[in-house]
Order: sequence, then structure tokens, then C-alpha cells
Amino acid sequence: MNLFCIGLSHHTANVETRERFAGGAGSECTLRAAGCAEALVLATCNRVEVYGASEKRVSTEEIAQCLLQNGEVSDRGHSTALPFYRYEAEKCVQHLFRVASGLDSMVVGETEILGQTKKAYKSARASGAVGPCLHRLFQRAFRVAKQVRTHTEITRGSVSVGSVAVDLAQRIFGELGNCKVLVLGAGETSERTARALISRGVSDLRVSNRSNDRGQELAQRVGGQAVSFGKWPQQCREIDILIASTSSETPLLTPTNLGPMLANRVDRPLFIIDIAVPRDVDPAVNEMEGVYLYDIDALRSVAEQSLAVRRQQIASAEAIIAEHVADFLEKISYELNRVSRITGHPPVADSSLHASQL
Amino acid sequence: MDRDLLIISTTCFLAAVVRTAVALRAGVFRPGRFNFLAIGLGFLFQTAFLSIRGHALGRCPLTNLFEVFIFLAWSVALIYMLVGPAYRLSLMGAFTAPLVVLLQGLALIAPIDVRHPVKVPANSSLEFHASVSLVAYGAFALACIAGVMYLVQERQLKTHQLRSIFYHLPPLTDLFTAITRLLWLGFILYTVGIASGFFTGRPLPHVQVVAAIAVWLLYAAILQGRYFRRIPPKQIAALCIIGFSAALTLLWGITFSAQTHSVP
Repeated sequence: MNLFCIGLSHHTANVETRERFAGGAGSECTLRAAGCAEALVLATCNRVEVYGASEKRVSTEEIAQCLLQNGEVSDRGHSTALPFYRYEAEKCVQHLFRVASGLDSMVVGETEILGQTKKAYKSARASGAVGPCLHRLFQRAFRVAKQVRTHTEITRGSVSVGSVAVDLAQRIFGELGNCKVLVLGAGETSERTARALISRGVSDLRVSNRSNDRGQELAQRVGGQAVSFGKWPQQCREIDILIASTSSETPLLTPTNLGPMLANRVDRPLFIIDIAVPRDVDPAVNEMEGVYLYDIDALRSVAEQSLAVRRQQIASAEAIIAEHVADFLEKISYELNRVSRITGHPPVADSSLHASQL
Repeated sequence: MDRDLLIISTTCFLAAVVRTAVALRAGVFRPGRFNFLAIGLGFLFQTAFLSIRGHALGRCPLTNLFEVFIFLAWSVALIYMLVGPAYRLSLMGAFTAPLVVLLQGLALIAPIDVRHPVKVPANSSLEFHASVSLVAYGAFALACIAGVMYLVQERQLKTHQLRSIFYHLPPLTDLFTAITRLLWLGFILYTVGIASGFFTGRPLPHVQVVAAIAVWLLYAAILQGRYFRRIPPKQIAALCIIGFSAALTLLWGITFSAQTHSVP
């Protein structure tokens, strides 16, 4: 039995090419018709991969043809031009473990890929395209991904500006359900950040914008409450989180005007997310007691710190994966030997597997 | 025999400290079951030590500075076991273990395990006063630890330098709630401890009374500032550390003077 992975990803192909080969719902059935005993298609925005097991070798061109959308015909004569990679046996196992653990992702350590892999596995299993070989392989991949996540810091922190802001809010306030948020300025970035906060439980959201109409529009879109721009300073006495993104040329919030607003809230922290350029909040505000100010550079810096830590963790993650690859191959070759003893077929020569033979 | 139990107990706490230090150095601090198990085991050996010593003495083992230190370390571990689950047990343990190692290590190394030449008679009201006061110290110690955690978290948030430990510390507001509750718990126990001291049937040294009331007033002032929202959380966290240091100094003073002047 040959175990292989053929695919293309953000490492090898641009989005247009990936779209062409994104495959359809029936891809697994087509692949089986092409000679794969078992097949699973993992299609995400960053990769299209086929994991298969077959008695005879299935060529990359045949797989590519199966994946092509809308009956498009691939250029069979120029297979080398196709940005496909092919991993067999041990390399295939290792690749899947790396993919499931987020090591092969565009953002190292992202966890969405694991959910996508599980979904692809579930779908292929429902269609009957997954047999014992891929079943074992994917179950082990899920285990490896979990172990990598638990034993390394590969998923630590957030790596996008919006998620860093939300993450920090949770580090300050814990549950965000009782937090009051004021969005100052009705820009696209502030809307995204506000939505991210809402998704984590924020229910009291107020929007204040110079143009009242735009402020009301945004408030309606996010299910918040519009506040006239002249009244935003009073709001600072009540709120916990301030998202500032106006186009003001001068800082709206300085220690001088913020000081009196904080007088009656000694025991409540104030988290200010200043995503405006030029900045809406004077950096000196961060020196005030109980005020935590993060401007766009600070948020980016936190995201970069997280990414750097994740990169440092790659070696530890690879070590876990290597252990599992060796163990998986040993176990599966033992089972093949056992099966061959029962069926009377010649056994595998040694416990380790040779390339392309499983 | 009983000192062996204490050495094993200290080793258990030390294991938790070493593991945390190694993890922090590697930048992959991840509180897990190990710390909790090590501290739980250490606590069991502490309890066994105090029980054996208590049986041998025929009273609560608080007859010298050595026993007071061990009882205090036991109180810290006890309060941690009680409140830890609500505030990230294993992480608070990472901060609790070093304090216990320090107390027990000092007690084991310093020549303070001085046995009284005559058997100290049991005095239930005095033992109640001493043990309740020491459990109150345990609560103040935990408030101090939560204060350290708060300051670490706050500092990282202010400077935008988020280290590995940042992602494992509880949120600032949760830590502040923990500090407040521990302060109240310690304060109530300490009040009971001080009040019961007046009913021991023995004359109390004037200096000890004044010092104990001074510590009581310090904690009362912290709680008053907290209750009326006059002191910011960061300063309350810092005051918890100062308060516990003062309380520890007082405890040493009380025990030392009791040991040199009279039988407790």
C-alpha cells in the first residue's frame, strides 16, 4: 500500500492557482475512481492537499486532474510546471503532522487548520473514502497536534492586531461580559476591533463619531448605542475599554483631561486601544495609575513578540512530531506484518518502512 | 524522625520551585499538575511532622521559633489549598512554593529548634490564640503572593513586554478580587487571634501587644482604603507585601522575645 500526499499550498502556489485546484465535493469519489483505495482532500484558503493510500502508484498528474474545477483540462504535457509537491510514506506522515500542528501554516501555530483538518476527515469518512490506513493516520495527527499545543508555546498569544487587543482586554478584565466599551470614531478598524470584543461577550458598546450619522450607522451595525461626539468625555467615567480611531490631528485624550475623569474610578482599570494615526491619545496617559494604553505600534509589537516565541518553539514541536512519526510507522508496519501472517502474503522485511511502502 | 519528614516536605516544595524556574528560563512556563502534586505532597509531610511533634509535646507545636516557622509554612500551604482552586491553583503554587521553601529552609538550617528543658504545660486558650494568629498570617502571606502576581502582571501590561508567565497569570481584576478576599480572611482571623490573646490568663508583654496592634492597624488601613476606593489596586498590592513583611518581623520578634524571656 502506498501512502502519499500530493498538494499545493501558500508555499508553492499563488491564490489563483490554489483556486483552480480547490476541488469539489465529489473529489474523493473521483480520486478513488483514479485508483486510490483511500482518499481525503484537505482544501483550505492556503492549501489543497490530497492524502491517499493506493495499491499501485497514482501519478501527480492524475491527482491534479481530479482536483481541477469545472472539468478544466490540465496541461498534462507540462506536469513539471504544476506547483505540486508530493510526499510519500514517512515524509507524508511527517507533513500531515506538521500541517495539523500549524507548523506549515502561513501564521505559525494557528489553530484553525486543526479544525479544518478534522472537518475534512469527517467529510471523507462520511463519504466512505477513508479506510483503516487514513483513519489511523489522521487520528494520530489529531493527537500530535494536541500534544504540540499542550507541550509547547506554539499557539501562545495573538498574532494579529485585532486579536491582540481583545486578548489584552481579557488579561485585564477576565470576563468581558460586564465591560463597557466606547468606540471613538467609526472607522473600519475600530469596527473590526469592536466586533472582536462583541464576539468575546461584550454587550455594552457605545459609539461616538464626529459625524453623528456614521456613528449611528456603526452603532446599529454592531448592536451598540450612539453617543453624540460632544458627550464622549463624560463616558470615560463609566467605560472600561476605549477604542480610539478618529482622524483628529491633535490628541483628544491627554493626562490633563483624563485625570478628572478617573477620579471616581480608582479601583477600575481603563484599557485604551488607540488605533488612530496620528494618535488620538497622548502616550503620557500610559503613565497614569490604572490606565493601560496600547497604540497601533504597541499592538503590533505584542503580535510580533508572540510570533517570535512561536518560531522559537518550532524545534520543540518538530521533536514531538519526529517521535510520533517513528512510532506511527513502527506500529503500522507491525500491523502490516501481522496482517501478512494472517493472509499469507510475504511480510515486510524490517520494522521500519521503506519509502512508498506501507 | 520528625525532621526527616520536614526535609522530605521541603524537597517536595523545592521540586515545584525548580520546575517553575527551569520552565521560566526556557520561556515555556506552563503550570501543570506537577506543581499541585508536589505542593500537596509537601503539605501532607508538613502535617505529619506537626502531628508527630504535637503528640510528643502533648500540645500544639508552637513552643519555639522553629515550630512557629513550620506552622506558618503549613498555614500558607493550607490557605493555598483552600483558595488556590479559585485563582489558578498551579500558578499560585509556583509563587507559594518559594515562600514555603524559604520558611522551612530557614527553620531547618538555623539553630532555632531549641527544646525547653521542662515540658511546656498545655494551655488551650494560648494555643488557640497562637494557631489562629498563624493561620491569619498564612492568609496574609497568600495576599502578599497575589500582590506579587498583580505587580508582575501590571508591570508587563504597562511596559508592553509580555513574557511567557503573562499568559498564565490570572487577569488583573481577578487577582485584585483574590487580594481583597485574602485580606479580609486574614484580617478577621487576626482580629480573633489578637482578641483571644487577652483571654489566655497570662500577662501579655506590652511591646508585643503594641506591635500586634500596629500590624492590625496597618491591615485595617489597607482594607479601609480598599473599601472606600481611596487606594489604587497597585498600591494595595504593594502594601500587601509591606504588610506581610512587617507581620513576619513582628512574629519573629514575638517568638524570639517569648523564647528568651519566658515560656509561651
